[in-house]
Amino acid sequence: MNETLLISGMFAVTFSVRYVLFAVAGKVNFPTWLNKALEFVPPVVLMAIIAPSVSMPKGELWLSYTNPWLLAALVAVITAWVRKDLLTTIVVGMLAFAGLRFGLGV
Amino acid sequence: MSTRSPVVLQPSREFIAGASATIPLLIGAAPFGIIFGTLAEPNGLSALAAVLMSVVVFAGASQFIALGLLAVGTSVPIIIATTFVLNFRHILYSANLVSKVKHLPHYWRAIMAFGLTDETFAAVNNRYLQLGNLKNAHWFYLGSFLAMYTNWITCTFIGLTLGNIFPEMHNWGLDFAMSVTFIGMVIPYLKNRPMIAAVIVSAALAVVSYELPHKLGLLLASFSGIAVGLSLMMLENRRRPAIKESTS
Repeated sequence: MNETLLISGMFAVTFSVRYVLFAVAGKVNFPTWLNKALEFVPPVVLMAIIAPSVSMPKGELWLSYTNPWLLAALVAVITAWVRKDLLTTIVVGMLAFAGLRFGLGV
Repeated sequence: MSTRSPVVLQPSREFIAGASATIPLLIGAAPFGIIFGTLAEPNGLSALAAVLMSVVVFAGASQFIALGLLAVGTSVPIIIATTFVLNFRHILYSANLVSKVKHLPHYWRAIMAFGLTDETFAAVNNRYLQLGNLKNAHWFYLGSFLAMYTNWITCTFIGLTLGNIFPEMHNWGLDFAMSVTFIGMVIPYLKNRPMIAAVIVSAALAVVSYELPHKLGLLLASFSGIAVGLSLMMLENRRRPAIKESTS
């Protein structure tokens, strides 16, 4: 396996995806509906990452009260909803996860 | 100093504000970087290549997938193609930021593009939503990016070291730190029904389509969530014509 090729290839595709629209910014104008649509991007993309990682932490769907990833995620959702503070959410979520994992013996 | 806008901060103040706003996100990203470091050598990536990958590519999820693919003997071109698909969500982020960078010279745009991550996007987006002016906002971005970048590279080092001491570390469940950080980032957005619907659709589809190759499910879920949210938003605006809406 050629590590130099791997890293330069990954750099090329990662950077070009991140840069292409910045490069043409100012030359193209987005229609109103597209700007509205883009407001949904952050929570929607993050949720598409979160949902599988907490509901299928071992690769298969695991919707159960014995799944510490899912339960701790719910604790984090409630904490974030009540406190609106990121650091509190992270700390409470991680403590809940550690406790549940230990308690459930997973 | 400013005559046009009441809130124009000096570049240094913006830089520090950007780095500070990113500190909670660093806590979420750190375990992820450490686990990447611990997993590198067992999966067939040399320590030097692992550090270089964090320095040059700087894309958490892609780096993890690359390790997973390396472990099962995937060829380099396939790994690069998978990275491309996985990072396609950054097109959505950068599209969101286009109006915020169009006044900047291209070297600034290139630096910002390199530093575009889920975390920096979220921190910077909050800054843009709270303070309207753009004058020195790119310094805020740079502060956030360099905080993430330093953290990521440092954590890769720590992971490589710890991985040699505790070979079982990747089974400790530290990856949950990223999920919980992202949850804390998502909840503040859920202020209206279209946004909540969009997020629910995205979550459900991401799970259902998880088995699709090259993580295409991530894009399918995102686009579906956005489509549902946008449709609901337009429907609600149509029912309440009092709110002025420029429909096309």
